[in-house]
Amino acid sequence: MTQSIELRASADLQYLLRLGDTALILAQRLGEWCGHAPVLEEDIALTNMALDLVGQARAVLTHVGELEGRGHDEDQLAFLRDERDYYNVTLVELPRGDFAWTVLRNLFVATWAQLLWERLARSSDPELAAIAAKAVKESRYHQRHAADWVVRLADGTDESRRRTLAALDALWPYTQELFEGDAVDDHAHASGLGPRWADLRDAWQSEITAVFGEAGLPTPAASRFRSTGRRGVHSEHLGHLLSEMQSLQRAYPGGQW
Amino acid sequence: MIPAAQPAASARVAAVWEVLAGVPDPEVPAVSVCDLGIVRDVVEHADGVEIILTPTYSGCPATEAIEQDVLAAVRTAGLGPVRVSLQRSPAWTTDWISAQGRAKLLAYGIVPPGPVAADTAVAMRFIPRARAAAALNCPRCGSAATQQLSAFGSTACKSLYRCITCREPFEHFKAL
Repeated sequence: MTQSIELRASADLQYLLRLGDTALILAQRLGEWCGHAPVLEEDIALTNMALDLVGQARAVLTHVGELEGRGHDEDQLAFLRDERDYYNVTLVELPRGDFAWTVLRNLFVATWAQLLWERLARSSDPELAAIAAKAVKESRYHQRHAADWVVRLADGTDESRRRTLAALDALWPYTQELFEGDAVDDHAHASGLGPRWADLRDAWQSEITAVFGEAGLPTPAASRFRSTGRRGVHSEHLGHLLSEMQSLQRAYPGGQW
Repeated sequence: MIPAAQPAASARVAAVWEVLAGVPDPEVPAVSVCDLGIVRDVVEHADGVEIILTPTYSGCPATEAIEQDVLAAVRTAGLGPVRVSLQRSPAWTTDWISAQGRAKLLAYGIVPPGPVAADTAVAMRFIPRARAAAALNCPRCGSAATQQLSAFGSTACKSLYRCITCREPFEHFKAL
């Protein structure tokens, strides 16, 4: 087994890893749909979106490795960290669930991502700004795809509506983590690296309200539950995901395609 | 539309551009990498030629293949040593696809992208499905009675449509 790498994550690196890891872990979950989606077109759509997210994660992780300056490349960062060194939000590590669950989660994440990338395109870090300028356009297609399906399922059959409501109940509390503030965020805001995620909340809420209005979905009541993935404290699901995602690189150290 | 950088005066640079115009995109071989606007510049250095490419989608699996194809083509033409640099900024847009490239796409059965409107590039708000997709003309029979089947086709850059009139499926290169 290859030893894990230990990351010395400064506030800036943590800010970037929250972004890169959220894209990476959601990509892994979407990739699980390959060969399992309800129809071929959706199988292709979900895996295409997973590819976009892998591409975004690769760019961000490569940049993190360069900034860290200890010679870590994208593969080492993706495959050789331990669970506590991943800073993705908990929402994306939850199991893939059914199709309603997947498209609703994609709606929440893509809406957040497009708002964040939009602002990061003006980052004081030129490499991050360049990555963001590309990614924002991809997130727009992801959001449109997800919103379209949420409306169809919520306003579809009794069964599709029941499943969408069940997914909404389960997922909604995890969305709050997307807008929590902390010192890492404040630091990024002060240096011009990127926005405080809390500053995206109103725009996100208004987008979601527009989709829910079209779908006839209620906005759930606020919950006091707070997930903590972006501080490195994860649900029980991330460890299982990583054991699968990392297995090849752990068993065949330095293996390349 | 922002044109790709023009070749400099050097005969070697001009020859490289000519070679690149014959390198097909691995996913959509009807068009060349130059037609797609992926080749941003060709620069001659003392130690060789540098080709500057810009990736299309973040996760496009063809990016590495394109790099290899470009290097091989230039070397085979005897114009090396050659290297490739990836340039992320400014981000690639379908507006960089040439008029010739658009004509080739259409002839190949793929409806080319419309212009990326400045407002949609910035303000990306939710649009209900009924108003979302602009009508496209079928590349085979020209009918405007067409329908989007899926926003994602065989690759992330394309979406799937069908023609109600001639009943044939076709693809659309999405504006990005």
